[in-house]
Amino acid sequence: MRRLVQLGQGEKSAIPLLLFLLIGFAAPLLAVIWFSFMPARTFSLFAAPSLANYATIFESTSYISFLWSLGLAAVTVILLALICYPVAYGIVRVFGKWAMLLTLLFTIPLFVSENIRLYGWILFLIKNGVLLGSLKSIFGLELESILFTRTAILLGMVYVYLPFMLFPMTLGISMVPSETRDAAFDLGASRWQVFREIELPLSMPGIVIGFLLTFVLAVGAIAEAKVMGGQRIIPITHDIEIAFTYAQNWPLGAALAVLLMLVVGVLVLLALRRFDLDRFLGRR
Amino acid sequence: MAARPTILSLKSVRKIFGTLAAVDSINLDIGEGEFFTIVGPSGSGKTTLLRMLAGMEQPTSGDILLRGERINDLPANRRPTCMVFQSLALFPHRTVGENIEFSLKIRGEARDKRKARALELMDLLRLPQAYYGKNVMKCSGGERQRVALARALAYDPQILFFDEPLSAIDYKLRKTLEKELKDIHRETKKTFVYITHSLEEAMVMSDRIGVMREGKLVQVGSPHEIYSAPTTRFVSEFIGDVNVIPVDVAGDGLLKSVSLKDALKGPVPPKGFTSGHLVIRPEFLRFIGKPSEADNSVSGRLYNEYALGSRIQYQVRVGERVFIVEKLRQQMFTGKLDDEVRIGWDAKDSILVTD
Repeated sequence: MRRLVQLGQGEKSAIPLLLFLLIGFAAPLLAVIWFSFMPARTFSLFAAPSLANYATIFESTSYISFLWSLGLAAVTVILLALICYPVAYGIVRVFGKWAMLLTLLFTIPLFVSENIRLYGWILFLIKNGVLLGSLKSIFGLELESILFTRTAILLGMVYVYLPFMLFPMTLGISMVPSETRDAAFDLGASRWQVFREIELPLSMPGIVIGFLLTFVLAVGAIAEAKVMGGQRIIPITHDIEIAFTYAQNWPLGAALAVLLMLVVGVLVLLALRRFDLDRFLGRR
Repeated sequence: MAARPTILSLKSVRKIFGTLAAVDSINLDIGEGEFFTIVGPSGSGKTTLLRMLAGMEQPTSGDILLRGERINDLPANRRPTCMVFQSLALFPHRTVGENIEFSLKIRGEARDKRKARALELMDLLRLPQAYYGKNVMKCSGGERQRVALARALAYDPQILFFDEPLSAIDYKLRKTLEKELKDIHRETKKTFVYITHSLEEAMVMSDRIGVMREGKLVQVGSPHEIYSAPTTRFVSEFIGDVNVIPVDVAGDGLLKSVSLKDALKGPVPPKGFTSGHLVIRPEFLRFIGKPSEADNSVSGRLYNEYALGSRIQYQVRVGERVFIVEKLRQQMFTGKLDDEVRIGWDAKDSILVTD
């Protein structure tokens, strides 16, 4: 019998990359998924699969951590949207030659590790630190530090994920041609109507991408709660870390990770169905 | 043509960008219901001028009057004028119907009234009614032109401005749309102010044409005047090929050219005119046998010929100078390339212009 599948030159050339993706990308993910069906506190991949870990999770209080993670991520995204849209608008339309400098200022912190930047905030905000210490010695003011509160966690998250909202938004706004805005204005629309009817819908692709990007990143956040929140709140990512390290319960950690992926995946798909990027771009 | 009442009046309008006068002291009256076209090469300031008329740019000095009222500071959204943009600037996230109805929706008109008006305009512009719900980005180039025009007409402007809307369209469709636009002008009786870099396009459509150069309006006149009586070399060279001979006025009223040995007979030079150019359109040149058959003649070598559809163009070299002669296909010249030929023209067919 002849070979069933005749591979063309293109398919053959793609094999190395395909193998690389399978080993480097798909395999670890599949391993985590498979691990979540293994018996608790084991390290073997060859036991009989069961849903025991999931049952444990649903009987536990893990949902609190899930809610914290999703809630913090949602609030972060909303705060980022409110902060970034005006800034992005300014970068594209108002600041002119200063836009480049501003963009750089927002980019440079990305070159420094997230943890180092968060510890920088600690030094800045801690009691007798840069901010409160200075206020005390110069003005004699003694204020409570906001460190190790929910506000501090949000501050850290907004700070860390700001570029991921800002740059897609900047791109989205710059995609609105100025003649299109002029046309709406010329047809009698007020500045606000031009914004609502033309600029906002046409910059939607950038906004939606910014939302998705920051939400997915923020749900996976862990350092902010640990460092700036002083472990006052335990997000789901922290639970997963505990399961994999301190508790040495890999299958439970894997099950938590799979659940998180499912929740985030479903939310993202729902958002993408609601905001059809192709439609915004006028392709449909 | 009967004199029209003035609808739009420009009084020494200037626009300075930095140290550059993009628009320099323009005085112009545009009549009610007129199709007025401003022609100029890119960078001549015509777009800046149009943006000032539409309210998207403020003049540095001078006044713009609409029916006698100063509108310098009236923003675009409060002017009873509307613009069709070069890019058309259609709203890509809206349907054909929503695009056309945009200004009506802004004005707060009822949905069914809006739709009735949109369909009426679509009829006028020969857009099928089924297109009402069609995504505007799915329309062809010509259809988009019509949607943009319908959208502007729905605003019911007193003046419609056009910023080279046909420049990106292929030749054949452009020719159709030019005529269509002129028909729409006739149909709607509105004032159209159009800008383009193509004098040919302007000729087809306009009642009057203003030619711009480096921010200044160098000549205003009917298409016929611009074609047959240009006042400057710049205007004469703006459409098609022309023969331009630099000349000096001699004492006896004859014109002397440096490159041709015989004095030329041309129009009587105006008072004070000492040097300039003699312009002869290629269709006024003819092949002749003897010098006595025309007021002026030169002999040269037939260098090449080009078929231009209904006409044939000949290149005749006289010393260093190149002459362009055009004949209708039916009156094709039968000479062979490199033949010695004599070409001539009459004084009345030449125009004297300044630089």
